[in-house]
Amino acid sequence: MAFSDDCDPDGPGRAPGDVLPVGVKVLVAGGFGVGKTTFVNAVSEIEPLSTEEMLTAVSAATDRLDGVEDKATTTVAMDFGRLTLGPAHVLYLFGTPGQERFWFMWEELSQGALGAVVLADTRRLDHSFAAVDFFERRGIRFVVAVNEFDGAHRYGPDEVRAALDLRPEVPVVLCDARVQNSGIRVLLSLVQYLITTRSPDGSDAEHPLLRA
Amino acid sequence: MPDVTDGPLLDEAAGRLVRPYTVSDGRTRATSHFTLMTMVRATGAPAQGTFGLEHAQVLELCEQPVSVAEVAARMRVPAAVVKVLLSDLAEGGALVSRDLDPAPPGRHVLPDPHLLEAVLDGLLRRL
Ligand SMILES: Nc1nc2c(ncn2[C@@H]2O[C@H](COP(=O)(O)OP(=O)(O)O)[C@@H](O)[C@H]2O)c(=O)[nH]1
Ligand SMILES: [Mg+2]
Repeated sequence: MAFSDDCDPDGPGRAPGDVLPVGVKVLVAGGFGVGKTTFVNAVSEIEPLSTEEMLTAVSAATDRLDGVEDKATTTVAMDFGRLTLGPAHVLYLFGTPGQERFWFMWEELSQGALGAVVLADTRRLDHSFAAVDFFERRGIRFVVAVNEFDGAHRYGPDEVRAALDLRPEVPVVLCDARVQNSGIRVLLSLVQYLITTRSPDGSDAEHPLLRA
Repeated sequence: MPDVTDGPLLDEAAGRLVRPYTVSDGRTRATSHFTLMTMVRATGAPAQGTFGLEHAQVLELCEQPVSVAEVAARMRVPAAVVKVLLSDLAEGGALVSRDLDPAPPGRHVLPDPHLLEAVLDGLLRRL
Protein backbone atom coordinates (compact mmCIF):
# COMPACT_ATOMS: atom_id res chain seq x y z
CA MET A 1 0.00 0.00 0.00
CA ALA A 2 1.46 3.32 -1.06
CA PHE A 3 2.04 5.99 1.49
CA SER A 4 -0.55 8.67 1.01
CA ASP A 5 0.85 12.03 0.10
CA ASP A 6 -2.47 13.73 -0.46
CA CYS A 7 -1.60 16.32 2.12
CA ASP A 8 1.97 16.79 1.21
CA PRO A 9 2.52 19.87 -0.91
CA ASP A 10 6.25 19.22 -0.92
CA GLY A 11 5.89 16.15 -3.00
CA PRO A 12 5.80 12.44 -2.89
CA GLY A 13 5.76 10.66 0.38
CA ARG A 14 8.80 11.94 2.14
CA ALA A 15 8.83 14.74 4.62
CA PRO A 16 10.98 17.80 3.98
CA GLY A 17 14.58 17.07 4.85
CA ASP A 18 13.72 13.41 4.70
CA VAL A 19 12.67 13.46 8.35
CA LEU A 20 10.31 10.70 9.36
CA PRO A 21 6.80 11.73 10.37
CA VAL A 22 5.78 11.15 13.96
CA GLY A 23 3.00 8.72 14.71
CA VAL A 24 0.29 9.78 17.13
CA LYS A 25 -2.55 7.66 18.37
CA VAL A 26 -6.10 7.96 19.55
CA LEU A 27 -7.98 5.12 21.19
CA VAL A 28 -11.52 4.18 20.19
CA ALA A 29 -13.33 2.53 23.07
CA GLY A 30 -16.82 1.52 24.13
CA GLY A 31 -18.82 -1.61 24.74
CA PHE A 32 -19.13 -4.62 22.46
CA GLY A 33 -21.03 -3.89 19.24
CA VAL A 34 -21.05 -0.14 19.70
CA GLY A 35 -19.27 0.46 16.39
CA LYS A 36 -15.56 0.69 17.27
CA THR A 37 -14.37 -1.40 14.34
CA THR A 38 -16.78 0.39 12.00
CA PHE A 39 -15.48 3.77 13.16
CA VAL A 40 -11.81 2.85 12.76
CA ASN A 41 -12.39 1.40 9.30
CA ALA A 42 -14.45 4.36 8.11
CA VAL A 43 -11.83 6.91 9.13
CA SER A 44 -8.84 4.89 7.98
CA GLU A 45 -7.17 5.48 4.61
CA ILE A 46 -5.79 1.94 4.59
CA GLU A 47 -7.56 -1.38 4.72
CA PRO A 48 -8.29 -2.47 8.28
CA LEU A 49 -5.27 -3.97 9.95
CA SER A 50 -4.90 -5.90 13.12
CA THR A 51 -1.87 -6.42 15.27
CA GLU A 52 -1.45 -9.26 17.67
CA GLU A 53 -0.07 -8.29 20.99
CA MET A 54 1.35 -10.84 23.32
CA LEU A 55 0.44 -11.14 26.95
CA THR A 56 2.41 -8.70 29.03
CA ALA A 57 3.67 -11.46 31.27
CA VAL A 58 5.70 -12.87 28.42
CA SER A 59 6.63 -9.78 26.44
CA ALA A 60 8.00 -8.30 29.66
CA ALA A 61 10.58 -11.06 29.77
CA THR A 62 13.30 -8.87 28.31
CA ASP A 63 16.98 -9.62 28.37
CA ARG A 64 16.28 -13.28 27.91
CA LEU A 65 18.16 -14.78 25.04
CA ASP A 66 16.94 -18.24 25.71
CA GLY A 67 14.40 -20.17 27.68
CA VAL A 68 11.32 -18.51 26.24
CA GLU A 69 11.06 -20.69 23.15
CA ASP A 70 9.00 -23.30 24.86
CA LYS A 71 6.43 -21.00 26.32
CA ALA A 72 3.11 -20.51 24.60
CA THR A 73 1.78 -16.98 24.68
CA THR A 74 -1.73 -15.72 24.29
CA THR A 75 -2.22 -12.92 21.85
CA VAL A 76 -5.01 -10.37 21.56
CA ALA A 77 -5.83 -8.81 18.22
CA MET A 78 -6.28 -5.06 18.04
CA ASP A 79 -7.87 -3.31 15.08
CA PHE A 80 -6.25 -0.18 13.86
CA GLY A 81 -6.35 2.27 11.01
CA ARG A 82 -4.29 5.17 9.68
CA LEU A 83 -4.98 8.72 8.62
CA THR A 84 -2.08 10.73 7.19
CA LEU A 85 -2.31 14.29 8.46
CA GLY A 86 0.55 15.73 6.42
CA PRO A 87 4.26 15.19 5.83
CA ALA A 88 5.09 15.34 9.52
CA HIS A 89 2.21 13.59 11.28
CA VAL A 90 0.38 10.31 10.92
CA LEU A 91 -2.61 9.49 13.08
CA TYR A 92 -3.33 5.93 14.12
CA LEU A 93 -6.68 4.90 15.55
CA PHE A 94 -6.76 1.85 17.78
CA GLY A 95 -9.97 0.06 18.59
CA THR A 96 -9.63 -1.23 22.13
CA PRO A 97 -10.55 -4.83 22.84
CA GLY A 98 -14.10 -4.86 24.14
CA GLN A 99 -14.12 -7.58 26.75
CA GLU A 100 -13.10 -6.50 30.18
CA ARG A 101 -10.66 -9.33 30.64
CA PHE A 102 -8.49 -7.74 27.97
CA TRP A 103 -8.27 -4.40 29.63
CA PHE A 104 -4.73 -4.96 30.74
CA MET A 105 -4.05 -4.27 27.06
CA TRP A 106 -5.47 -0.80 27.41
CA GLU A 107 -2.86 0.19 29.93
CA GLU A 108 -0.09 -0.28 27.44
CA LEU A 109 -2.13 1.06 24.56
CA SER A 110 -3.05 4.24 26.39
CA GLN A 111 0.61 5.11 26.99
CA GLY A 112 1.35 8.12 24.83
CA ALA A 113 -2.16 8.37 23.37
CA LEU A 114 -3.39 11.88 22.64
CA GLY A 115 -6.79 10.95 24.00
CA ALA A 116 -9.75 8.72 23.34
CA VAL A 117 -13.15 8.49 21.70
CA VAL A 118 -15.74 6.63 23.76
CA LEU A 119 -18.46 5.42 21.46
CA ALA A 120 -21.92 5.07 22.93
CA ASP A 121 -25.08 3.37 21.71
CA THR A 122 -28.17 4.98 23.20
CA ARG A 123 -29.89 1.59 23.44
CA ARG A 124 -27.15 0.37 25.76
CA LEU A 125 -25.52 3.38 27.32
CA ASP A 126 -24.45 1.33 30.32
CA HIS A 127 -22.04 -0.57 28.03
CA SER A 128 -19.90 2.55 27.85
CA PHE A 129 -19.61 3.12 31.61
CA ALA A 130 -16.50 1.02 31.94
CA ALA A 131 -14.61 2.92 29.24
CA VAL A 132 -15.56 6.29 30.73
CA ASP A 133 -14.38 5.11 34.12
CA PHE A 134 -11.12 3.75 32.73
CA PHE A 135 -10.11 7.04 31.09
CA GLU A 136 -11.31 9.23 33.96
CA ARG A 137 -9.20 7.33 36.46
CA ARG A 138 -6.08 7.80 34.39
CA GLY A 139 -6.60 11.43 33.47
CA ILE A 140 -6.86 10.55 29.78
CA ARG A 141 -9.08 13.05 27.98
CA PHE A 142 -11.92 11.68 25.92
CA VAL A 143 -15.00 12.73 24.02
CA VAL A 144 -18.20 10.69 23.98
CA ALA A 145 -19.50 10.07 20.47
CA VAL A 146 -23.05 8.80 20.26
CA ASN A 147 -23.23 6.39 17.33
CA GLU A 148 -26.71 6.92 15.93
CA PHE A 149 -27.98 3.51 14.89
CA ASP A 150 -31.07 3.43 12.69
CA GLY A 151 -34.22 3.01 14.71
CA ALA A 152 -32.54 3.75 18.02
CA HIS A 153 -34.21 6.29 20.22
CA ARG A 154 -32.49 9.61 19.76
CA TYR A 155 -31.30 11.09 22.99
CA GLY A 156 -29.99 14.59 23.23
CA PRO A 157 -26.37 15.10 24.22
CA ASP A 158 -27.52 16.34 27.64
CA GLU A 159 -29.43 13.15 28.32
CA VAL A 160 -26.36 11.12 27.39
CA ARG A 161 -24.20 13.31 29.60
CA ALA A 162 -26.52 12.77 32.54
CA ALA A 163 -26.85 9.04 31.96
CA LEU A 164 -23.08 8.58 31.79
CA ASP A 165 -22.51 11.00 34.67
CA LEU A 166 -19.97 12.96 32.62
CA ARG A 167 -18.11 16.00 33.85
CA PRO A 168 -19.50 19.18 32.28
CA GLU A 169 -16.40 19.85 30.17
CA VAL A 170 -16.42 16.45 28.42
CA PRO A 171 -17.78 16.97 24.88
CA VAL A 172 -20.68 14.81 23.74
CA VAL A 173 -21.12 14.64 19.98
CA LEU A 174 -23.32 12.66 17.61
CA CYS A 175 -21.82 10.59 14.84
CA ASP A 176 -22.39 7.95 12.21
CA ALA A 177 -19.54 5.49 12.66
CA ARG A 178 -19.87 4.38 9.03
CA VAL A 179 -19.00 7.79 7.58
CA GLN A 180 -15.42 9.04 7.33
CA ASN A 181 -16.19 12.75 7.68
CA SER A 182 -18.38 12.07 10.67
CA GLY A 183 -15.50 10.25 12.34
CA ILE A 184 -13.05 13.01 11.46
CA ARG A 185 -15.41 15.54 13.07
CA VAL A 186 -15.42 13.46 16.24
CA LEU A 187 -11.62 13.52 16.22
CA LEU A 188 -11.67 17.27 15.66
CA SER A 189 -13.85 17.72 18.71
CA LEU A 190 -11.41 15.63 20.73
CA VAL A 191 -8.37 17.63 19.62
CA GLN A 192 -10.18 20.94 20.11
CA TYR A 193 -11.07 19.81 23.61
CA LEU A 194 -7.45 18.85 24.31
CA ILE A 195 -6.30 22.27 23.12
CA THR A 196 -8.85 24.33 25.05
CA THR A 197 -8.57 22.49 28.34
CA ARG A 198 -4.85 22.84 28.50
CA SER A 199 -3.90 25.51 30.97
CA PRO A 200 -2.10 28.62 29.60
CA ASP A 201 1.22 27.86 31.27
CA GLY A 202 1.42 24.55 29.48
CA SER A 203 1.15 22.40 32.56
CA ASP A 204 -1.79 20.14 33.12
CA ALA A 205 -1.83 20.63 36.87
CA GLU A 206 -4.94 22.78 36.75
CA HIS A 207 -7.08 20.32 34.94
CA PRO A 208 -10.17 19.37 36.96
CA LEU A 209 -9.36 15.70 36.60
CA LEU A 210 -6.12 16.18 38.45
CA ARG A 211 -7.55 18.13 41.37
CA ALA A 212 -8.12 16.22 44.57
CA MET B 1 0.76 -24.64 29.81
CA PRO B 2 -1.09 -25.98 26.76
CA ASP B 3 0.70 -28.13 24.25
CA VAL B 4 1.28 -26.04 21.16
CA THR B 5 3.51 -28.40 19.25
CA ASP B 6 0.75 -29.13 16.75
CA GLY B 7 0.37 -25.51 15.76
CA PRO B 8 -1.83 -22.66 16.88
CA LEU B 9 -4.61 -23.36 19.34
CA LEU B 10 -7.74 -21.30 19.60
CA ASP B 11 -9.15 -19.95 22.83
CA GLU B 12 -12.41 -18.54 21.41
CA ALA B 13 -12.23 -14.82 22.06
CA ALA B 14 -8.87 -14.77 23.75
CA GLY B 15 -6.93 -15.15 20.56
CA ARG B 16 -4.43 -17.59 19.26
CA LEU B 17 -1.91 -19.38 21.35
CA VAL B 18 1.23 -19.08 19.33
CA ARG B 19 4.91 -19.71 19.43
CA PRO B 20 6.15 -16.53 17.83
CA TYR B 21 9.74 -16.96 18.87
CA THR B 22 10.68 -19.20 15.99
CA VAL B 23 10.94 -16.22 13.69
CA SER B 24 13.15 -14.25 16.03
CA ASP B 25 15.30 -17.11 17.28
CA GLY B 26 13.73 -16.91 20.69
CA ARG B 27 15.09 -13.44 21.34
CA THR B 28 13.20 -10.79 23.19
CA ARG B 29 16.07 -8.43 23.97
CA ALA B 30 16.92 -4.85 23.16
CA THR B 31 13.63 -3.90 21.62
CA SER B 32 12.08 -1.75 24.30
CA HIS B 33 12.73 1.44 22.37
CA PHE B 34 10.28 0.41 19.67
CA THR B 35 6.61 0.97 20.43
CA LEU B 36 3.60 0.25 18.23
CA MET B 37 3.71 3.90 17.22
CA THR B 38 7.39 4.14 16.35
CA MET B 39 7.71 5.18 12.71
CA VAL B 40 10.32 3.36 10.66
CA ARG B 41 11.73 3.58 7.16
CA ALA B 42 14.37 1.76 5.21
CA THR B 43 17.49 3.83 4.58
CA GLY B 44 18.23 2.13 1.30
CA ALA B 45 21.67 1.19 2.58
CA PRO B 46 22.53 -2.49 2.50
CA ALA B 47 22.15 -4.02 5.94
CA GLN B 48 25.34 -4.92 7.76
CA GLY B 49 24.94 -8.30 9.37
CA THR B 50 23.36 -11.66 8.86
CA PHE B 51 19.75 -11.43 7.94
CA GLY B 52 17.04 -13.89 7.09
CA LEU B 53 14.02 -13.86 4.86
CA GLU B 54 11.93 -12.17 7.55
CA HIS B 55 14.35 -9.26 7.70
CA ALA B 56 14.09 -8.81 3.95
CA GLN B 57 10.30 -8.91 4.14
CA VAL B 58 10.27 -6.31 6.90
CA LEU B 59 12.60 -4.05 4.94
CA GLU B 60 10.35 -4.26 1.90
CA LEU B 61 7.40 -3.07 4.00
CA CYS B 62 9.42 -0.09 5.18
CA GLU B 63 10.15 1.61 1.87
CA GLN B 64 7.76 4.39 2.92
CA PRO B 65 7.38 5.53 6.52
CA VAL B 66 5.22 3.09 8.46
CA SER B 67 4.52 2.38 12.10
CA VAL B 68 5.73 -0.72 13.90
CA ALA B 69 2.06 -1.69 14.27
CA GLU B 70 1.64 -1.68 10.49
CA VAL B 71 4.72 -3.75 9.87
CA ALA B 72 3.57 -6.29 12.45
CA ALA B 73 0.08 -6.45 10.98
CA ARG B 74 1.35 -6.92 7.43
CA MET B 75 3.87 -9.53 8.53
CA ARG B 76 1.10 -11.22 10.52
CA VAL B 77 3.32 -11.70 13.52
CA PRO B 78 3.05 -10.22 17.00
CA ALA B 79 4.59 -6.78 17.43
CA ALA B 80 7.12 -8.14 19.91
CA VAL B 81 8.58 -10.29 17.16
CA VAL B 82 8.69 -7.52 14.59
CA LYS B 83 10.47 -5.29 17.09
CA VAL B 84 13.33 -7.79 17.24
CA LEU B 85 13.65 -7.80 13.45
CA LEU B 86 13.44 -4.01 13.23
CA SER B 87 16.02 -3.66 15.93
CA ASP B 88 18.42 -5.91 13.99
CA LEU B 89 17.90 -3.83 10.87
CA ALA B 90 18.38 -0.55 12.71
CA GLU B 91 21.60 -1.82 14.23
CA GLY B 92 22.74 -2.85 10.77
CA GLY B 93 22.10 0.66 9.43
CA ALA B 94 19.30 -0.44 7.09
CA LEU B 95 16.52 1.31 8.96
CA VAL B 96 15.81 4.60 10.71
CA SER B 97 13.13 5.18 13.31
CA ARG B 98 11.38 8.06 14.97
CA ASP B 99 9.24 8.38 18.07
CA LEU B 100 7.17 11.05 19.62
CA ASP B 101 9.10 12.24 22.66
CA PRO B 102 8.43 9.54 25.21
CA ALA B 103 5.95 10.46 27.91
CA PRO B 104 7.30 10.06 31.42
CA PRO B 105 5.98 6.91 33.03
CA GLY B 106 3.07 7.16 35.40
CA ARG B 107 0.15 9.48 35.11
CA HIS B 108 -1.03 10.50 31.67
CA VAL B 109 0.50 13.75 30.48
CA LEU B 110 -1.24 16.20 28.20
CA PRO B 111 0.16 16.30 24.68
CA ASP B 112 2.30 19.20 23.51
CA PRO B 113 0.20 22.17 22.25
CA HIS B 114 2.16 22.49 19.01
CA LEU B 115 1.54 18.85 18.28
CA LEU B 116 -2.16 19.29 18.95
CA GLU B 117 -2.37 22.30 16.61
CA ALA B 118 -0.64 20.29 13.87
CA VAL B 119 -3.05 17.40 14.37
CA LEU B 120 -6.00 19.79 14.27
CA ASP B 121 -4.79 21.32 10.99
CA GLY B 122 -4.18 17.89 9.54
CA LEU B 123 -7.66 16.68 10.45
CA LEU B 124 -9.27 19.78 8.93
CA ARG B 125 -7.43 19.09 5.68
CA ARG B 126 -8.80 15.56 5.62
CA LEU B 127 -12.45 16.64 5.91
N1 LIG C 1 -27.07 1.04 11.28
C1 LIG C 1 -25.86 1.19 11.78
N2 LIG C 1 -25.13 0.10 12.03
C2 LIG C 1 -23.89 0.25 12.56
C3 LIG C 1 -23.36 1.53 12.86
N3 LIG C 1 -22.13 1.36 13.40
C4 LIG C 1 -21.91 0.03 13.45
N4 LIG C 1 -22.96 -0.65 12.93
C5 LIG C 1 -23.09 -2.10 12.85
O1 LIG C 1 -23.10 -2.60 14.18
C6 LIG C 1 -22.39 -3.82 14.26
C7 LIG C 1 -21.29 -3.74 15.31
O2 LIG C 1 -20.31 -2.81 14.90
P1 LIG C 1 -18.75 -3.03 15.20
O3 LIG C 1 -18.05 -1.88 14.55
O4 LIG C 1 -18.31 -4.39 14.80
O5 LIG C 1 -18.72 -2.90 16.78
P2 LIG C 1 -17.51 -3.12 17.80
O6 LIG C 1 -17.79 -4.39 18.54
O7 LIG C 1 -17.61 -1.94 18.74
O8 LIG C 1 -16.23 -3.15 17.05
C8 LIG C 1 -21.85 -4.11 12.87
O9 LIG C 1 -22.73 -5.02 12.25
C9 LIG C 1 -21.91 -2.75 12.18
O10 LIG C 1 -22.10 -2.87 10.80
C10 LIG C 1 -24.18 2.69 12.56
O11 LIG C 1 -23.80 3.82 12.78
N5 LIG C 1 -25.41 2.44 12.03
MG1 LIG D 1 -14.80 -4.65 16.94
